[in-house]
Amino acid sequence: MEWRDEGFVLSARPHGETAALIEVMSAAHGRHAGLVRGGISRKARPHLQPGNLLDLTWRARLPEHLGSFTFEPRGSSPALSSRLALAGVSATCALLSLTLPERDPHPGLFQQSLALIAMAGDPLFPLAYLQWERALLDDMGFGLDLSSCAVTGATEGLAYVSPTSGRAVSAAGAGEWAPRLLELPPILLGLGNGGPDEIARALGTTGWFIEHRLLASTDHALPPARARLVDAIRASA
Amino acid sequence: MADGPEEIGRLIGLMARLPGMGPRSARRAVLHLVKKRSQVLLPLAEAMKAVGESVRPCVACGNLATSDLCPICANPKRATGTLCVVADVADLWAMERSQAFQGRYHVLGGLLSALDAIGPDELGIPKLVARVTEEELTEIILALPATIDGQTTAHYIADALPELNVTSLAQGVPIGGELDFLDDGTISAALRARARV
Repeated sequence: MEWRDEGFVLSARPHGETAALIEVMSAAHGRHAGLVRGGISRKARPHLQPGNLLDLTWRARLPEHLGSFTFEPRGSSPALSSRLALAGVSATCALLSLTLPERDPHPGLFQQSLALIAMAGDPLFPLAYLQWERALLDDMGFGLDLSSCAVTGATEGLAYVSPTSGRAVSAAGAGEWAPRLLELPPILLGLGNGGPDEIARALGTTGWFIEHRLLASTDHALPPARARLVDAIRASA
Repeated sequence: MADGPEEIGRLIGLMARLPGMGPRSARRAVLHLVKKRSQVLLPLAEAMKAVGESVRPCVACGNLATSDLCPICANPKRATGTLCVVADVADLWAMERSQAFQGRYHVLGGLLSALDAIGPDELGIPKLVARVTEEELTEIILALPATIDGQTTAHYIADALPELNVTSLAQGVPIGGELDFLDDGTISAALRARARV
């Protein structure tokens, strides 16, 4: 059993004396784990940092085995270029690692994640990250429908998101239920100034769905790396 | 009885747990020890007993010591205003081998890692913050690995000590390194940290 694919590292941890157990997100095989022999060597270790792109070959005797990876480095992520980039790459990789089912291909999300990681040092990264979280929710079947009010059908005056349906709710439609609804910052509708504070507020809403929908069936809470990213975005205001 | 008397089998089992050892190499090492009883086995046993009884972490920095304070913390000639933060004792020893730093250290005992559930409290970070307030420090040098976990820890410490001058080791081309063999992340970091010749 063997396949070749491109993928970026989600996590790597030492296994035994010389090997590393890595988890990658690959284009055609989704989130996939495997052993890298010699993975903690001085030569291999720098390439096995989260976010780095690799050409991967996976081999195992049977498909259900853990298997082992060999790799050729394709590119490093800009994670170490700045605080925001570091927090961004860490949050992206941690969320993919926690939310994606194993060995389930998500080619669209793979390309979006790759593009997101590549722009980690860019000033537009916070906005791209917010769009990526929405894409993650979409891809996992919990996308937000913010096109019209779930109560009145209005397309104007949308101010809240229903935590139950993930649909937008207008201020008029919310009525006395408003305190129970999630905030809908204009940036989620493609409006607003797109400032750090507004993006951080919007991440509060997407974060709620990630925590209560994507992570609900796991024992995990939102990863600390994501909280650090939201703090870093707020601090950049 | 496959490995001789029970005592030897137990010793092989313990040796096999050491880094770089497996059952086969442990068996070979134990046979060597038994053969060289007076030259190696007994001195080794005495040395291990002495280490086991006397070595403990320095109460100030976390380095290994035979008294409450390690020789570095107890040395009055060491600069007191600067503290070098390292992840492990092995990193402290590496810094000491270079003889480039004459201040004192703080050993964290690891790095922040969500994967391994290592948070600030598991590391020596609260102790570091307390130490900074107790001692009159002017600079903290973060000598942490240039990895995601290492730099995450570095930023966390910098955030925890906002009023202090927190610096970090430079990243770039190692001495004797050739550009052709460097990964592009290192080259990018080296380019950002370029200095006037």
